[in-house]
Amino acid sequence: MIRHLLSTRDLSRTSAIALLDTAEDMAALGARENKKLPALRGKTIVNLFYEDSTRTRISFEVAQKRLSADVINFSARGSSVSKGESLKDTILTLRELGVDGVVIRHPSSGAPQLLAERDWIDVPVVNAGDGTHEHPTQALLDAFTLRKEVSGDDSRGRGLDGARVVIVGDVFHSRVARSNIWLLEHLGARVTVVAPATLIPSGAERWPITVSYDLDAALSEPVDAVMMLRVQSERMREAFFPNAHEYAQGWGLTEERFARLAPSTLIMHPGPMNRGLEICSAAADSSQSVILQQVANGVFVRMAVLYSILTGTSEVSHE
Amino acid sequence: MSEPLLFRQATLPSGEQTDVLVRDGLIVEMGSVTSKDARSVDAAGLQMLPGLVDLHTHLREPGFEQSETVLTGSQAAAVGGFTTVFPMPNTMPVADNPSVVELELARGREAGYVQVQPIGAVTAGLAGTALADLKGMADSRARVRVFSDDGKCVHDPLVMRRALEYVSSFDGVIAQHAQEPRLTEGAQMNEGEVASRLGLAGWPAIAEETIIARDVLIAESVGAALHVCHLSTAGSVDVIRWAKARGIRVTAEVTPHHLLLTEDLAESYDARFKVNPPLRSSEDVMAVRQGLADGTIDIVATDHAPHPAEAKECEWDVAAFGMVGLESALSIVLLTMVESGELSWSDVERVMSRAPSQIGRVEWSGLVVGAPARLTLVDPADRHVFSAEHLASRSQNSPYLGRELPGRVVYTAFDGYLTVDAGTLVPAETVAAHAAATRANSAASGGVTNG
Ligand SMILES: [Zn+2]
Repeated sequence: MIRHLLSTRDLSRTSAIALLDTAEDMAALGARENKKLPALRGKTIVNLFYEDSTRTRISFEVAQKRLSADVINFSARGSSVSKGESLKDTILTLRELGVDGVVIRHPSSGAPQLLAERDWIDVPVVNAGDGTHEHPTQALLDAFTLRKEVSGDDSRGRGLDGARVVIVGDVFHSRVARSNIWLLEHLGARVTVVAPATLIPSGAERWPITVSYDLDAALSEPVDAVMMLRVQSERMREAFFPNAHEYAQGWGLTEERFARLAPSTLIMHPGPMNRGLEICSAAADSSQSVILQQVANGVFVRMAVLYSILTGTSEVSHE
Repeated sequence: MSEPLLFRQATLPSGEQTDVLVRDGLIVEMGSVTSKDARSVDAAGLQMLPGLVDLHTHLREPGFEQSETVLTGSQAAAVGGFTTVFPMPNTMPVADNPSVVELELARGREAGYVQVQPIGAVTAGLAGTALADLKGMADSRARVRVFSDDGKCVHDPLVMRRALEYVSSFDGVIAQHAQEPRLTEGAQMNEGEVASRLGLAGWPAIAEETIIARDVLIAESVGAALHVCHLSTAGSVDVIRWAKARGIRVTAEVTPHHLLLTEDLAESYDARFKVNPPLRSSEDVMAVRQGLADGTIDIVATDHAPHPAEAKECEWDVAAFGMVGLESALSIVLLTMVESGELSWSDVERVMSRAPSQIGRVEWSGLVVGAPARLTLVDPADRHVFSAEHLASRSQNSPYLGRELPGRVVYTAFDGYLTVDAGTLVPAETVAAHAAATRANSAASGGVTNG
């Protein structure tokens, strides 16, 4: 059983599948009238958010409440430097308050790992997104969504062996892409990453992916899912690409590309979407789109993560 | 004056064994020596080197005394076997005028552990635009000959050209921190797979190499002397090799940490490994070792950069760049270059004492009769787990804590008196008293000479 969830890269295939299976249990509970489980009653979890993310925070909070945990929301703007109090001092304070687990979202890559590895606090740490490093619960919910679509009720115990996933867009700045690349690799999927060369990270040729600069070529072969990444238009000021129009033409899921897509290809997006830039509305709102399922599944996956690391078991008792 | 010292059976860099008698600040006799009044020091099995010279030190005073002072930095230097350090000018106020460099010089003399030979800023306030009081600092009591905006690159090619030309009027040299600023905005560690995986902004090799390539060509065109600070990439070694083959007046330094440590240490997000230029790939490490071994790289310089704990016990991207290095430098050179046979002890003498003195335009006489008694004795057989107790610096941001390192400085002598005695730092009051006595003595003898 894992102690922390810091990255998908150091998650084994077995642990990943166990988490996805526990999420299946949580989804089954979610269908009941009483959605609450007493599993984490008496446990206090702090959501330590150094970055604005209402979506992710609410998803964690719903998950925590369904598990009957006590929740403390701590939001801090910006880095510890501008805030005045260091991350270490904040954590030492939380330790004295007696929290049982920390969910941390931070603009600095590696901040969750510091919490887990330093002697500042001795409780499980869940990475809710750190800098441009990782966002493991997002990748788990993506994998959960994909597995459910591919294998249906027969999902339990399975990976994503042989599935082909195309990840498109700003991989350079994307923690979601990194977490997905490692997790999909562990689960046996084949990953193609498509972006202009400026948005492919240095050294990515050593990653377990196929890199392509040509979206049409990447989509010409059968694809199980295409995952569109958010592109921030301010990137053009840093000379990553000339303008939004040219980006959308080259690497957006435009109506023309969407029309050529096989009806079985799933469309995914971690949100929030820039409609008209990386994805057209026709694609986002189509029946192939699982973007809203991703949101719902996010709660089940986060329940599974919190349940597993805070109770130390993946077996869900239906008390 | 301090007591005479007789080091018995020391091993010189040549491998020769000798006794060395030190009296009145000088080496007065070598060979087989007997003395009635000298304190006898058993130096059998110890390697003697001329006092080490560090061309790249951050002493932090004035302005950042919570990290280091001239005194504590001098102590760290003595512990590492150094007798001369060149403090960089990025203090507060900046050492861009005669009064700051003279202050550093005076503090160094009072402390008395090492010669503190200040480096002046190239541009006023390190702002990269107007030249600092270059000749004023050169003509000051500090006799500044090395100028650097270290921490920042003199990136404006016009300013760099003019600075190189201007300081050549008084035999000065510009020590460039080669870092193209636009290519390194927000940079956190070596660009490459590790940085991409860790989500830390990359500091590409080309940001260093393009500046060095530009600067050697400028130096060639104006016939001036250029020194390249802390070169860190294989490509930089190639550029320097090419420039030297072409006859360009360029010298280059490498730090101990770039001879040993690699970028993958960032995987811990432990900011003790955050340094500028960043730790590079193992290929780069091999290339800088080769460059040092074949003479392309002239010297080892520490880039000793003390920082308080809170500047390192934090998120990687908000942590300060830099690591302390004076106390461990010789051990790292032993580990990476001597034990592998790539450098002999004569080479160590060259890259850590003679060549940095020449680049820095300070006198160097080596281990000969009549020379000032600046020397260090190392036990090369010693191996120890490096820990905070081996640090004399006010800061503890060493990347080597917990590592086993070879070699230990057992004695350091500065102008005839010991600053490290039997492996222990001599207390500040004792050293300051020796320094004061030496000054009084030289003032008295100077008075006689001048009639
Ligand atoms: Zn520098």
